[in-house]
Amino acid sequence: MSHDQPHKTTDDKLIYMANQIATFFKSQPEGEQVKGISGHINKFWEQRMRRAFFVMIDQGDSRFDPLVVKAAALIKRPAEVKQV
Amino acid sequence: MSLVPEIDYGTPASRAEKMVTLTIDGRDITVPEGTSIMRASMEAGIQVPKLCATDMVDAFGSCRLCLVEIEGRNGTPASCTTPVAPGLKVHTQTSRLKDIRKGVMELYISDHPLDCLTCAANGDCELQDMAGAVGLRDVRYGYEGDNHVKARENGEANARWMPKDESNPYFTYDPSKCIVCSRCVRACEEVQGTFALTIEGRGFDSRVSPGMHENFLSSECVSCGACVQACPTATLTEKSVIEIGQPEHSVVTTCAYCGVGCSFKAEMRGEELVRMVPWKDGKANRGHSCVKGRFAYGYSTHKERILNPMIREKVSDPWREVTWEEAYAHVASEFRRIQYQYGREAIGGITSSRCTNEETFLVQKLIRAGFGNNNVDTCARVCHSPTGYGLGQTFGTSAGTQDFDSVEHSDVVVIIGANPTDGHPVFGSRLKKRLRQGAKLIVIDPRRTDIVRSPHIEAAYHLPLKPGTNVAVMTALAHVIVTEGLFDEKFIRERCDWSEFEDWAAFVADESHSPEAIEKYTGVKPEDIRGAARLFATGGNGAIYYGLGVTEHSQGSTTVMAIANLAMATGNIGRPGVGVNPLRGQNNVQGSCDMGSFPHELPGYRHVSDDATREIFEKMWGVKLSDEPGLRIPNMLDAAVDGSFKGIYIQGEDILQSDPDTKHVAAGLAAMECVVVQDLFLNETANYAHVFLPGSTFLEKDGTFTNAERRINRVRKVMTPRNGYGDWEITQKLAQAMGLDWNYTHPFEIMDEIAATTPSFALVSYDYLDKMGSVQWPCNEKTPLGSPIMHIDGFVRGKGKFIRTEYVATHERTGPRFPLLLTTGRILSQYNVGAQTRRTDNVVWHEEDRLEIHAHDAENRGIHDGDWVKLTSRSGDTTLRALITDRVAPGVVYTTFHHPTTQANVITTDFSDWATNCPEYKVTAVQVSPSNGPSDWQVEYDEQARQSRRIVAKLEAAE
Repeated sequence: MSHDQPHKTTDDKLIYMANQIATFFKSQPEGEQVKGISGHINKFWEQRMRRAFFVMIDQGDSRFDPLVVKAAALIKRPAEVKQV
Repeated sequence: MSLVPEIDYGTPASRAEKMVTLTIDGRDITVPEGTSIMRASMEAGIQVPKLCATDMVDAFGSCRLCLVEIEGRNGTPASCTTPVAPGLKVHTQTSRLKDIRKGVMELYISDHPLDCLTCAANGDCELQDMAGAVGLRDVRYGYEGDNHVKARENGEANARWMPKDESNPYFTYDPSKCIVCSRCVRACEEVQGTFALTIEGRGFDSRVSPGMHENFLSSECVSCGACVQACPTATLTEKSVIEIGQPEHSVVTTCAYCGVGCSFKAEMRGEELVRMVPWKDGKANRGHSCVKGRFAYGYSTHKERILNPMIREKVSDPWREVTWEEAYAHVASEFRRIQYQYGREAIGGITSSRCTNEETFLVQKLIRAGFGNNNVDTCARVCHSPTGYGLGQTFGTSAGTQDFDSVEHSDVVVIIGANPTDGHPVFGSRLKKRLRQGAKLIVIDPRRTDIVRSPHIEAAYHLPLKPGTNVAVMTALAHVIVTEGLFDEKFIRERCDWSEFEDWAAFVADESHSPEAIEKYTGVKPEDIRGAARLFATGGNGAIYYGLGVTEHSQGSTTVMAIANLAMATGNIGRPGVGVNPLRGQNNVQGSCDMGSFPHELPGYRHVSDDATREIFEKMWGVKLSDEPGLRIPNMLDAAVDGSFKGIYIQGEDILQSDPDTKHVAAGLAAMECVVVQDLFLNETANYAHVFLPGSTFLEKDGTFTNAERRINRVRKVMTPRNGYGDWEITQKLAQAMGLDWNYTHPFEIMDEIAATTPSFALVSYDYLDKMGSVQWPCNEKTPLGSPIMHIDGFVRGKGKFIRTEYVATHERTGPRFPLLLTTGRILSQYNVGAQTRRTDNVVWHEEDRLEIHAHDAENRGIHDGDWVKLTSRSGDTTLRALITDRVAPGVVYTTFHHPTTQANVITTDFSDWATNCPEYKVTAVQVSPSNGPSDWQVEYDEQARQSRRIVAKLEAAE
């Protein structure tokens, strides 16, 4: 992340946030890391955030921390978009 | 209706457990040892005449009016300073006492004006009462000669006379009416702890003096009002009483400023508020107040208050006043249109931490049951959301563990990232009282806040860390405690998971977490960290109080966990005097969190994915609820910019001023199609609103606020809402317009619904609150009296959980372009974004935000005190005036954000706490340079705001 540029797009922010979460859990005991990251995102991320997250994960976006990529398997895929 | 009765017992209550029986005027009386004879008499209903005694301060024994005779003892001792003893036989009324008292009163009155009829204290004057009580009929000495009463005598100026000091905006000091009882001086010392007042001179020259013979405004006085409350005459009198007269009835209610949640008597004459007086039985404040709650309520009748609903098509249009029906119908049809067009998730709302529990509950209910999603958030997002997360993880519940009374039992107090004497002044005073009694203080703060060194108080340790390094310092404290074997093994084995402790202990014991290893980036002397850790671990009851300096960081949640770790490791949980105490910002931010304002939680902190919880609400509300977490405020704004979030209902919060990265907030709001703002004033957010619904003040509605100690306090309506409706009624009408079948007739019905659905509130009702005064949740079958202290026999989650806390440097770093670190905070006289306090006379203390900068940094840049400076960060720039000080270290600058023109949040970045997205307000890399005037953004913003506030087409009359 460049220091002189505040993050611009929502995608950039989501990657930053996911990596921040991974950074915390990286310091936790190994058995809790992947579970911690996926649990956190499942608990706090709204569907369209997870949707955008999976678009990037599925494209293999290289900006994700490897631990986030590992945790993605345990993150709930959001439901299809539907109108009222 | 009548005035709420309060008995003045003359001297404070004794805490002794041993009881003593004596006889007063032939009656046997049993009181705790150490009680004064005066208090014992009053408890038996015998009122001994007194002037210098009042139970808010210690006995002084100067007025010689409260004398009594004790059988077997010589003379006539003062009943206020004489403690009870077993078997004493006391007489409070004898001919000898009568003569002495009458003589004393004659002396007092010989130097006192006789203008009782036109005096502001007429009807509320203890001097008048005592003249009556002792049967004063004549003043043998006359009124001529040496006196403090007359401005001129025999055509010459009287050097003893002093004019009235009217410098304080809220009260006057009339020296001619002073009887030098020194109650004000003692209240300032003992209750407030400021020591601004003194008695200058001696003998007949004695008089009360603010500071060194200054006027009140230029002295150290913080205008808390304790002296005015203590004054037995009209010497210190509220200007509102002078103007209006004495109140005829009063109602106990709760202050709508900070999270201390002080109880006040709103003293009324009809529907006119005469004054707010702190209520002695208020369990949070114990009869004390600060300048905001006591005096700064004038905003409620300010001319800028909006009283009619308004609509406009585009935010560039002027406002058009409409009827309430039109406003509700418009919002309902717009929200439904947006959902039809963009999806159910395209709208959301923000609950208000300034409104009542009942109102907050209704807004989240409207969103969950009416909007059909969980897009609800509240201002706690930007303040204490990391507290919720961090304490939830470690202890199992997300609230402070103590009541405020607990501080009276503390031996070592740690304050981290909080400035209680400014932000939570009444708690600050209670803390200072304990510190003066000898408790030790450790302050962890980049700034030398007032509490570090103030009259009769000095912190044992001040750790002036670099902003952003809290986790490193907290972990280093733990390192010392673990490596030096200072932890409480018995407590940990009993209450916590031992293997988790071992894992954590091994982690913190690593050399990389030692005070020596972290010095290079925290800037704190290792020996100070070691000393502070030893003191906290071994000094007796250790209590930790913290504020937004902990939470508003990229690692806010991690620091909260580090605090919880430290409390558990030292066994400082589960009894009076200890604990982890978040000082909550707004009056009802605790309550708004409790009431399910977060997008992932239903009321009572239960996750939306929990089927059993959803079922409770689905059954009661008759709708299906979403099991998916909703958007948090920053996510809402991102989604708005991306085009998937189009409408928002904001009750009583000003996100444009209070949230970080103003330009991004503005862009998000500008991208929405229907922004509905419900507030007292056209706040900054309203510049981007399409609908404005005028809100009501805390004086105009019934409800409850929950303060930082989980105390549920009643808010009572004392006047008709000027806008016509309480905020709960407005939300209900909006819900009805959206097709919801709501029929609440009074807020107590909403509380009943809360109690029926939320286990921690199970026994709470208005009847119960009336009976108990207040209760602290959890209040249910298990704890019917409420819970002053939590985790007494075990943690809510079962075993306390130790969590590793690795320090991670924030990405917001200084460099050649931005070499300084900006941190932000509050000032005593102003509150939050200032919407209320800026509309009161409190502006005399703080009319603008200033940039505090160290002399060294100022000199390098050619900046003088008072100069306009430009403050630039990677996000934007603004201008404000500099204040040169050594309270901040070189390399650190500081400002407040109470004034919208300052635009401090144009500077702050969008970095946020990893767990909760709580913004990193407390660390921004900046540059400071001399400037000539406002930045382009400020000019542009002012123009936009001015345009946006135009109102055309006024309706004939308010409904």
